[in-house]
Amino acid sequence: MKPFAYERATAPDAAATLVTDTDDAMFLAGGTNLVDLMKLGVAEPTLLVDITGLPYDRIEHRADGGVLIGSLVSNSELSGDRGIRERFPAVSEAVLAGASGQLRTRATTGGNLLQRTRCAYFQDVTKACNKREPGSGCSALEGSHRDLAVIGTSDACVATHPSDMAVPMAALDAVVHLRRADGDSRAVPLTDFYLLPGDTPDRETVLQAGELITGVELPAPPAGAAMRYRKVRDRWSYAFALVSLAAVAATGPDGTLSEIRLALGAVAPRPWRAHEAERRLIGRRPTAETLREAARAEFASARPLPHNAFKIDLAVDLIADTVLDLVGGGGR
Amino acid sequence: MTTLERTVGADVTRVEGRDKVTGAALYAYEYPVRDALYVWAVQSTVARGRVRAVEAGAALALPGVAAVLDSGNVQRLHPTDDPELCVLQSADVAYRGQIVAAVVADTYETACQAAALVRVEYDEQDHDVELRDHDPDAFVPETVNAGYPGLLETGDVDTAFATAPVTVDATYTTPSEHASPMEPHATIAVWDGDALTLYNADQGPWMTAATLAELFGLPPGGVRIVADHVGGGFGSKAVPRPPTVLAALAARAVSRPVKLAVTRQQMFSMVSYRTPTVQRVRLAAERDGRLTAISHNALQQSSRLTEYCEQTVASTRIMYAAPHRRTIHRLAQLDVPTPSWMRAPGEAPGMFALESAMDELSYALGMDPVELRVVNEPSVDPESGRPFSSRNLVACLREGAARFDWRRRDPAPGRRREGRWLLGTGVASGNYPVYTMPASATARAEPDGSFVVRIAAADIGTGARTVLTQVAADELGVPLDRVTLDIGRSVYGNAPMAGGSMGTGSWGWAVSKACRALTKRLDETSGAVPPGGLEQSADTTEDVRAQKDLARCSFGAQFAAVRVDAVTGQVRVDRLLGVFAAGRIINPRTTRSQLRGGMCMGLSMALHEMLEMDPRYGDFANHDFAGYHVAAHADVPDIEAYCLDEEDDELNPMGTKGVGELGIVGTAAAVANAVYHATGVRVRDLPVTLDRVRAGLPG
Repeated sequence: MKPFAYERATAPDAAATLVTDTDDAMFLAGGTNLVDLMKLGVAEPTLLVDITGLPYDRIEHRADGGVLIGSLVSNSELSGDRGIRERFPAVSEAVLAGASGQLRTRATTGGNLLQRTRCAYFQDVTKACNKREPGSGCSALEGSHRDLAVIGTSDACVATHPSDMAVPMAALDAVVHLRRADGDSRAVPLTDFYLLPGDTPDRETVLQAGELITGVELPAPPAGAAMRYRKVRDRWSYAFALVSLAAVAATGPDGTLSEIRLALGAVAPRPWRAHEAERRLIGRRPTAETLREAARAEFASARPLPHNAFKIDLAVDLIADTVLDLVGGGGR
Repeated sequence: MTTLERTVGADVTRVEGRDKVTGAALYAYEYPVRDALYVWAVQSTVARGRVRAVEAGAALALPGVAAVLDSGNVQRLHPTDDPELCVLQSADVAYRGQIVAAVVADTYETACQAAALVRVEYDEQDHDVELRDHDPDAFVPETVNAGYPGLLETGDVDTAFATAPVTVDATYTTPSEHASPMEPHATIAVWDGDALTLYNADQGPWMTAATLAELFGLPPGGVRIVADHVGGGFGSKAVPRPPTVLAALAARAVSRPVKLAVTRQQMFSMVSYRTPTVQRVRLAAERDGRLTAISHNALQQSSRLTEYCEQTVASTRIMYAAPHRRTIHRLAQLDVPTPSWMRAPGEAPGMFALESAMDELSYALGMDPVELRVVNEPSVDPESGRPFSSRNLVACLREGAARFDWRRRDPAPGRRREGRWLLGTGVASGNYPVYTMPASATARAEPDGSFVVRIAAADIGTGARTVLTQVAADELGVPLDRVTLDIGRSVYGNAPMAGGSMGTGSWGWAVSKACRALTKRLDETSGAVPPGGLEQSADTTEDVRAQKDLARCSFGAQFAAVRVDAVTGQVRVDRLLGVFAAGRIINPRTTRSQLRGGMCMGLSMALHEMLEMDPRYGDFANHDFAGYHVAAHADVPDIEAYCLDEEDDELNPMGTKGVGELGIVGTAAAVANAVYHATGVRVRDLPVTLDRVRAGLPG
């Protein structure tokens, strides 16, 4: 761990100035991931600007049924919020499926979105990793990759984004609110917020220098739709997902899908919105066959590796089972 | 003197419990030491080769760095039979993660920062870290760990297989696993002239002191170990590991006390692990279930430094009767970190294979798996012909079957469904040998009526301190609160480590003997204690040597109920039930805790634990608790552990067998057998992960 300076920001503009004026400065919120990476020598900031005093710690429910979640709202607060539990239960389920009670108390909404991959090679500075050290190579391709991505990957990187929370947010058309260093604000759909690795796996988001996440907006969920988050993992708590799924679905009077939104976790470098599967399913009657076929089509461009190919079948099974469950067509 | 209720057999709570929950109990790293510096190890980043140069300039330039140690500038150590302890004695690299240099600095953080600045250049050589079933260099060792023969053969196994009406022939694998105690290894080293004191996370203070004294060329007693409280060990702290030696070397080099705390990540390559195994088990049986032949061949690995071969087939040798028998260990020495003892070494992986194969045989025969085990119960040790001091496996199986309602079980696999869940149950036997080692203890009467008993035992969370207090109180005929048990220090004399489940038997024997001698002295003085106190010591070397030549073993029966998600393949253990015969139980509370803890580890072995060797780099890719899974609370159901009343006069004065490791043995097979019963999928490779289950489920 390298020595670093620490400043506590009292206002957004001061925070931005501190970070932009100093080489290798970083914002610090809950620190549940960043501090670990500093101990491992993966992150070596010279200055940490503590933003936990900034006014982004509220959950504002809107009359139209939407919500703006401040970036500093803790994971435990978010999962326990009554409005979230009632209108966005999949978000609450996802947050509670992640980490541990202690970590969720510290971890923030913005920090959750920005957490780094848990790829073993990214976290081991003695080994090659294009994300940590561009051009050094990807150790996972021929190494340990059972947990890693099958779709959206490149020859340079097969890392997954580890968040549970971001998966239902992707399904719910979340929009990330940003504050630029110059004070202007912008809003970016969550699915566009993350970049696919391509040749530059070190660039993970659209964030510019000194730019700060101020909140995440969830529009009102589709009327009459049911939603659920399901996480498949190697143990029943305190494990990252092997595959997770956030599904939002509703059927019309004729029994066809009037609403279907699917987002997958732990299969891609970002929360993976399954647009292709959705396109094939909307207006269709949800049978096991239709659902599987659509889910399989989503993975047409997948690039599975020897030890993680099972994730595709698992995701297909999970989609079919969960959607049938949601629309009451389980029949098992 | 009034008649006292005996405390042996009573549900006594942990005597140091309050100290532990209030933080008063000191662990190795917590002892206050003045002017200490901090040590950080630099580990090899190649799997095989030689250090060409250690470039320390940048590290030494950091303010606060006192020294950078490497093989060129540390003290020469005396020869030892454990090359793993020859820390920084040579520039050769035998595995990735081996200590090749170290930094000593004024703060923990500076030491860490400086270690990252040390540049090590290597002459790298090709390495081989993959254990392959047909490794051409694998050999059969003469003897393996704990002195067992490498190979035993009786009768004509090949003919027996060729002519048997029913056979099973299957290969099982278990992965490398890590002990991962909650307290990572830590040492404070303090030299006072030529005397060395080590506050050490240690399962065996006396042996560590003796080993380190030899290593540093000091007279016996020249090294003192303090290990009052230890936060788990599971074998990884049973003997000194390289970080302890490094701390002593570093303190010598800078002439200051030093503190060394191994990080969680470093633990995975520095303090040993359980060898992976590839095991082929062949069973031949008559149609009535009686075994005619047993063959068990286990391949394992060690490093190039040490020929450590685990006794993986030793349990198979004593479990079941069969006239034709062949049990073989094979070992391949690779460019890997050195494996060592971990949680029932040998028995735990070996019994996964044997007890899975017994389950497969029960299906091949169409016979109940409990009955199959019962009909193969031997009357004497099947290998040596020696009688057992006591053997109650059948009683454990019967009692467990009754409690588990086993007779109502439909054996057909893949038939029971509850919503999305497939349900199944499984059984397996377990066993663990009774080891007894000589020990010495001192019992002391104080003028105020209190007693102090000293023995170099270690309580690694087992309850040893409590149990020994009970033994002492009963021998002295006084209430528990009049007796203080001082343990954890090498100066208390010869005593074995907390390992091999031999602590209570070995230490208890010496404690009992010393207390008996003191009681006799007190009888002679009519109870009068002089102002300086009265003291008696005892040593059990002769007593242990005089034991009859018998087979001594504890036994158990494990029952598991699981549910498997038919969609995802996720396994959930609903119930674990173990019935054990382990001699006399001194403390039902701590015993239950030990057995349930063992069953927990067995569950974790069944479903979670796996180190993933990275062949290109030569180390374990997963080396933290996010990547190396041990069972979490949510994975563990209510575990039931019952002990049968077992009287055995051929053990030790207390009549005890060990309970530390017995609970682990057989659990993994019971769980895997239950998964088969639930799904019809036989997973022969641990851990039973959902992708392995799914691979066998109908699509």
